[in-house]
Amino acid sequence: MSVRYVDEFRESRLAHALAAGIRSLADPARTYRLMEFCGGHTHAIFRYGVPDLLPANIRLVHGPGCPVCVLPVARIAHALQLASAHGVILCTYGDLVRVPGPQRQSLLKAKAAGADVRIVWSSLDALKIADENPHRQVVFFAIGFETTTPPTAVVLLQARALGVKNFSVHCNHVMTPPAIVGLLERPEAQAPGSVPIDGFIGPAHVSAVIGSRPFEPFAERYRRPVVIAGFEPLDVMQAILMLIRQLNDGRAEVENEYARVVNRDGNTKAQRMMAEVFERRAKFEWRGLGELADSALGIRPAFADFDAEQRFDLDVVAVADHKACDCGDILRGVKRPTDCRLFATGCTPDNPLGSCMVSSEGACAAYYAFGRARERAVAPV
Amino acid sequence: MNRRISPRPLDLERGRIDLSHGAGGRAMAQLIEELFEAHFDNPLLARHNDQACFEVGAGRMVITTDGFVISPLFFPGGDIGSLAVHGTINDVAMAGARPLYLACGMILEEGFPLADLRAIVASMAGAAKSAGVPIVTGDTKVVERGKGDGVFITTTGVGVVPAGVDIASDRAQPGDAVLINGSIGDHGTAVLSKRENLSFETEILSDSAALHGLVAAMLAAAPGIHAMRDPTRGGLAALLNEIARESRVGIMIDEGAIPIAVAVRGACELLGLDPLYVANEGKLVAFCAAAEAVRLLEAMRAHPLGRRASIIGKVVDDADGYVQMRTSFGGTRIVDWLAGEQLPRIC
Repeated sequence: MSVRYVDEFRESRLAHALAAGIRSLADPARTYRLMEFCGGHTHAIFRYGVPDLLPANIRLVHGPGCPVCVLPVARIAHALQLASAHGVILCTYGDLVRVPGPQRQSLLKAKAAGADVRIVWSSLDALKIADENPHRQVVFFAIGFETTTPPTAVVLLQARALGVKNFSVHCNHVMTPPAIVGLLERPEAQAPGSVPIDGFIGPAHVSAVIGSRPFEPFAERYRRPVVIAGFEPLDVMQAILMLIRQLNDGRAEVENEYARVVNRDGNTKAQRMMAEVFERRAKFEWRGLGELADSALGIRPAFADFDAEQRFDLDVVAVADHKACDCGDILRGVKRPTDCRLFATGCTPDNPLGSCMVSSEGACAAYYAFGRARERAVAPV
Repeated sequence: MNRRISPRPLDLERGRIDLSHGAGGRAMAQLIEELFEAHFDNPLLARHNDQACFEVGAGRMVITTDGFVISPLFFPGGDIGSLAVHGTINDVAMAGARPLYLACGMILEEGFPLADLRAIVASMAGAAKSAGVPIVTGDTKVVERGKGDGVFITTTGVGVVPAGVDIASDRAQPGDAVLINGSIGDHGTAVLSKRENLSFETEILSDSAALHGLVAAMLAAAPGIHAMRDPTRGGLAALLNEIARESRVGIMIDEGAIPIAVAVRGACELLGLDPLYVANEGKLVAFCAAAEAVRLLEAMRAHPLGRRASIIGKVVDDADGYVQMRTSFGGTRIVDWLAGEQLPRIC
């Protein structure tokens, strides 16, 4: 990768020009509440200090787009059961290993206690581990939105083609559009005057897979503009400008700022592979959002041999989140991380109680890591 | 050197470490004699005592110890052996001290190839020789197969701080300039590029180097340096947070002033890592009064290990001890401690 193509999207001069444009367009008489759905955006916003460049009446609301944050405790319990009680080699992405499960147990703690938990950088690494350990069962604990779903589909197709006997996938893939609908269908979004979100900065990598079309029905139905944006800070600034323009005009359309990667139909080859391997679950629990219909993917019966939920006897554990934890409200954009009583006191990145503090893409972790000084300088809104 | 203890020399091409090499008998004595002493060769070691005894000049003594556990053992720009020498010399040097001697503890895993061990020992010896800091005593243990990771090395270093030098982590003061001797992230990225599950093609070499010569040149130019530390694990971010905590100050750095090699930036982009948190092994960060900063910078740039030295920020009053960074993008952000290990992001 050439850094030349990175610096272009982080140019301070362009940022200030965009900031001037945003300031001149933003109506000082109103507030613009813009939700960045995706954790990648939250990360970019804080890492580059984007809020410093925005007027105070533009509020960025952090959404539920961090796959680690929305994974319910019951699914972490499955991972722990697989790694401990069933003695498998459990492979997963790094972000997941510190997520607290039941009794504040985590995969990292289970590993320290002797479970064979391995962090992989790609789904194919998990299959390789299965090949190298023919006498062990290897489970890939798959999480992520539409972005990481195609690689899981690929690994399942490969496993079947190779006739691998000791490999399976615990599927926790979730989908973006139903989550946005879930947010807008909630009671607090229906009450007049209490709508917490005026528009969405749409996800980048997710849209590269599914395209921008799936966001069109709800932009129209719920009258919320969506601008698909890349993860570079200039992308985010440009998307904010485009959203303000739409809101000022009274429009609610899906626009695509990330045209260099995303088109309306997305990656149709990836979609075909996903359709071959996965089917929609009737309902799936999201941490903070509760059960959402048609919001997650399960493995099709044709691939049942590679479905860890079929292969292993896993207990369904109902575990409530910590009573004082406001992750749910934060994921819905109703509260800010600093509104939570536990923020930076009982709950820190080193000792997370809630899921939003675990992943670097979680809103609370981003606030903790990058935003605390700003909170000190700016009075809470 | 004494007469050989065994009639048949070690098979350094095809042989492997076995449990007898740590058992205290003939095999262990042979390993020490034919490998360690042969390479580390110096008069103190040749006396075959369980310790080294030497005269100390005037000044305050410094002692430090460090364990080296790294995968892979050999990486672009270095290996665990040279790293174990450089790392400990640097820890001594960060007090402004002149390193005198090193001690080394080797924990070897049964089955480890003697050829690899020889390469590591030769690398240690070379690093110690070019640094002018001999390895004068040591210890060898062998653990059963599966109970080690090939080789673990612990090195201990002693040195002497010259009179008039007072460098400590709690001495950074508001107004101080913050200087670094070159680009960050080279070591960590070079090591990652050779990890089994992650290998990628790159020309990045570890920056592993002994910094005591540079430190001596810096002290000659600016004897009043307040604080100094090398950004190893946790990278520049961890170092700045440590100094901010110990000195009860804030630090404001300027992203645009921090040297980062293009290849390191590219690799970090690809892996979703922040170079501020990536390890270095040949870098130091110094805090000095603003009035001395330019003089110090010039002295650093005149040294081969400081050619890309830069003033990267300043110390500010801040009761909360925040480290902040003005981003190249035009905003500011906190540069926080890392929580756990830096892990790749999911998407």
